[in-house]
Amino acid sequence: MNEPQRSLKILVRNFNFYYGKFHALKDINLEIGENKITAVIGPSGCGKTTLLRSFNRMHDLYPGNRYEGEIILYPDGINIIGRDVDPILVRMRIGMVFQKPNPFPKSIFENVAYGLRLKGIKSKSELEGRVEEALRSAALWEEVRDRLKENAYSLSGGQQQRLCIARAIAPQPEVLLFDEPTSALDPISTAKIEDLVVQLKEKLTIVIVTHNMQQAARISDYTAFMYMGELVEFGPTERMFTKPSNKLTEDYITGRFG
Amino acid sequence: MNGKNSIPELIVSQTLGFFAVFVGLLFPLATLTILIYESIPALEKSGILHFLTGRVWDPVSEVFGALPAIVGTLLVTLISSMIALPVSVGIAVFISELCPERFKPFFSTAVELLGAIPSIIYGMWGLFVIAPLMADHVEPFLQNTFGKLPLIGVLFEGAPTGIDALTSGFVLSIMIIPFMSAIVKDAFEMTPPLLKEAGYGLGATKWEVVRNVVIPFALPGIIGGVILSVGRALGETMAVAFLTGNVHAIPKSLLEPLTTITVAIANEFTEADSDIYLSSLFLLALILFLMSFGLLMTAKFLILERIGKRWTPRGI
Amino acid sequence: MDTAGNLIKTVRVRKIKSYVMLSIATVTAIYGVLWLLWILLDVFFNGFKSLSFSLFINDPAPPGVEGGGLRHAFVGHFIITSLATIMGIPIGIGAGIYFAEYGRHSTFVKFLRNITDVMVSFPSIVIGTLVYAVMVKPVGHFMGISGSVALALLMIPVVAITTDEILKLVPNSLREAGYALGARRWQVIKDISLSAARRGILTGVILGIARITGETAPLLFTAFNNNYLTLDPTQPMASLTVTIFQYAMGPYEVWHGQAWASALILTFGTLMFFILAKFVIRRK
Repeated sequence: MNEPQRSLKILVRNFNFYYGKFHALKDINLEIGENKITAVIGPSGCGKTTLLRSFNRMHDLYPGNRYEGEIILYPDGINIIGRDVDPILVRMRIGMVFQKPNPFPKSIFENVAYGLRLKGIKSKSELEGRVEEALRSAALWEEVRDRLKENAYSLSGGQQQRLCIARAIAPQPEVLLFDEPTSALDPISTAKIEDLVVQLKEKLTIVIVTHNMQQAARISDYTAFMYMGELVEFGPTERMFTKPSNKLTEDYITGRFG
Repeated sequence: MNGKNSIPELIVSQTLGFFAVFVGLLFPLATLTILIYESIPALEKSGILHFLTGRVWDPVSEVFGALPAIVGTLLVTLISSMIALPVSVGIAVFISELCPERFKPFFSTAVELLGAIPSIIYGMWGLFVIAPLMADHVEPFLQNTFGKLPLIGVLFEGAPTGIDALTSGFVLSIMIIPFMSAIVKDAFEMTPPLLKEAGYGLGATKWEVVRNVVIPFALPGIIGGVILSVGRALGETMAVAFLTGNVHAIPKSLLEPLTTITVAIANEFTEADSDIYLSSLFLLALILFLMSFGLLMTAKFLILERIGKRWTPRGI
Repeated sequence: MDTAGNLIKTVRVRKIKSYVMLSIATVTAIYGVLWLLWILLDVFFNGFKSLSFSLFINDPAPPGVEGGGLRHAFVGHFIITSLATIMGIPIGIGAGIYFAEYGRHSTFVKFLRNITDVMVSFPSIVIGTLVYAVMVKPVGHFMGISGSVALALLMIPVVAITTDEILKLVPNSLREAGYALGARRWQVIKDISLSAARRGILTGVILGIARITGETAPLLFTAFNNNYLTLDPTQPMASLTVTIFQYAMGPYEVWHGQAWASALILTFGTLMFFILAKFVIRRK
């Protein structure tokens, strides 16, 4: 394979999305680089979360939703939204972390082990090893190593969100989607999650939706700005925040609307 | 001009307050007191221990043992709950997770209507339709299938008459399915969508989300619903009144007639020709009161209260 | 790759399991609806066979004689439930108002409310024995009115709880707007809370009536039964439900037919109340 192909993880081509009759995403074209952090920003209702949830077919859960176009996942080049592609297999390759911490009503250990069990891993020692590895990667191991059997709800909000990250990375997905992961957290917990996201890009590709422009500027390599269901501008984060080429992007980034 | 002392204010608040105290305290308390008072002759004659453990109920010689009625009540309740529980969970899964939005009102209304049918209708239908069916087809079939097996074979001994523990429990199960499934369904629907999405996001199938996310989350509600329905089943009279046979004997198999506390009271209360007989029936009513009140309170305070507080993300 | 092949196999097995389990759930839902249809169809066909005009206008004929009716039971049923409704509704609504409007911050009132909630599922036959001890025994004979009292006691918790739940849905800002204009508490309740929750409370009342129309157990030894028409609530009085109980247990074919016909009237009457309640709450 040639070099530029390898660095490309997801290619979005002529992508449209409809909620029933509502045309929510209009002709999106986007390239997401491997082991990079791509931030998607824009005012609320612009479609950034809708785009993110298309990557792991979450829209399939509700009736009346329709995709058009292509979202190609490399290296094998399958079309994520293709009719013949099983959303369950897609979701096992592309993990997700949500707006609010949402651990299952189970123990800390079982939360992290769940995705592994879904992959068919039954061996206790393998589960234990990989749960520990995931918790370490999520910078939570030291805090919970003695209480793995406790209910996940006994953790604080920030810890719960890191647990959800551990749960998402345990099955070793290729891509991890973050949907405003710090919107429900205090500043200290937010800082920890941001550090974590940056560390995680060593291992996987990250797409993060955020309403917080400073966050996008701090952690992302590329930034996409969306407005009214369209992708207005996309480029390296540094250029987007210093010399945006589009007037709308500039207005949004300088806080004139949003 | 003090609002608290205005005459209409006083009248309204005092009257409404009295009503509230009446229904929430005086009514249950008076029931308890009066039942105890009316039971005193029976308590004095039989003694509480003898009454609870006695196996003979013979009004003619004035011997009153409530054990068969108590065992019968528990047995019929157990049978009906064992049938109703899996069905109710299945119905709740179907309505909350599977049913297309368009058909949801149809199924939930149908189940609610099933709960609105008067219990005497269940009883009468059970007597005229289900009991003959059980006697002629189901029970002989069960006897031929399971009758020879060790251990469980004993359960199906006896003449298949259709008037027995099995039929009573079965008809009662149809009656409590609506209560149980409604509560389980409500508990299921309280599961936050975000929590279910966490399961789907990891690649779980729909059943896995139900099994590993929705059911654990709704577990307190399910347990509460089961206890509540068991409480209902315990106190149900008319659905089983025709079907038990009202025989004061502990059944040796599922195909033998029996009685329950409610059926004994319903059938014998107006025929009780001596004070001690009547008092013994009051004592049965008192036992039922304590059993169902205890169960319902458990459901209410221990479990149903908690489900609302179950999932509140912290750190916001 | 072998691991990829294994994964696809695992997923396939999981999907089959999911499919099987969800099919079972669907079957249980069909099972539930099936019984409903079966009961309704049986009641309808058997009831319809014996339904006749004379059922409503004639009193019972001696066993074996044609043309008897159940006028006495219809009239008795109507009188007993009406009196129960008249007694039960004001107390139930009143208690419900107290729970919602006066008891927001009182642990004692919350306790009362919780007990009331438990009383909703209370065995109705026990209420029958209670009323027997309090009313029938001292007077010395069964009375229609004591049946009404038993049904009223059964209905009060239902109405109180629904009233309370409906009133809790009325936003507090609405009440505060009333207080800000200088209204007293009872005026706020009357003019704001109750008028906002009118429809919901009506639903609670209808559900309460639906609950008591189908009851048999509390009437067995309070109103008892009567083979003749009476309009005097201090006399034993027949009701549809007790008559069904007696006739279904009885030995005559004619009785069974009349029991089915009464069951038809009773079932559809109760379901009508129920559907009416749903209709009232939906029309907003």
